Amino acid sequence: MIRVTRRYRFSASHRLHAAGLGDAENRELYGKCNSPFGHGHNYEMEVSVRGPLDERSGGAVDLELLDGLVRREVLEAFEHRNLNEEVAAFRTTVPTTENLTREAVRRLKQNWSTVFPAGPRLEKVAIAETSRNAFEVSAHEIE
Amino acid sequence: MLITRKVEFSASHVCRNPALTEEENRALFGAAANPHGHGHNYVLEVTVEGTPDPVTGMVLDLKVLKDILNREVVEAYDHRFLNHEVPPFDRVIPTPENIAIDIWNRLRPHLSDGRGKLHGVRVYETADLYVDYFGEAQ
Repeated sequence: MIRVTRRYRFSASHRLHAAGLGDAENRELYGKCNSPFGHGHNYEMEVSVRGPLDERSGGAVDLELLDGLVRREVLEAFEHRNLNEEVAAFRTTVPTTENLTREAVRRLKQNWSTVFPAGPRLEKVAIAETSRNAFEVSAHEIE
Repeated sequence: MLITRKVEFSASHVCRNPALTEEENRALFGAAANPHGHGHNYVLEVTVEGTPDPVTGMVLDLKVLKDILNREVVEAYDHRFLNHEVPPFDRVIPTPENIAIDIWNRLRPHLSDGRGKLHGVRVYETADLYVDYFGEAQ
């Protein structure tokens, strides 16, 4: 078995504001990330898959299929979007990068077996919000 | 404890399966099937596992690790056309997956006992594509 990791980029805006907390509490908790009109990041996302080598290609994953799946399920939904306003999941959850990474895994798992019926399997997704912080979610952590 | 050392090499390769037709190779590998080959600046990260020696405080002498990487990998791969100059790529397609496996096989005999045991090999073909190999058991 071998693990292949592909890196993608997208830019999006968000605002961290927990509906269950008051305005003062939100400001205290999230600081500048709570600024009312939101702000943006250049996100970097790594998608890791694991599988055996295919003898015909000498590879573990068809990158064209992977790129297509990631583009359709994740990049098109997030790229140049306001995550709070334009991604359904973030109407009810705070678009922290923890939740964003979980949402990316959820989206990839949805149609994974249609695109890769015989493997490889999705192992994990890691998203860096800036070059100084990154969040990693294993596929098995998400239903 | 894990320790990772990085080295770089530049090489050219072509990805083609001789058992397939021209059209099939094109469909499978795209531009990577161009017959005259193309190149990459590969980055190799090698991770060894061990416990620090109580006297030296080191898992292994990193100079020794550097020499092994240079001798076993960089000297063999750097500024070479992998398919033509670096066995087994005369018969194995030099995908990053197969390169990671070959590097593992080259390093394993030199990092198999003592304090630094080979744990993993990571090969970056570009900044946006890398492969990890942790041996057959993983």
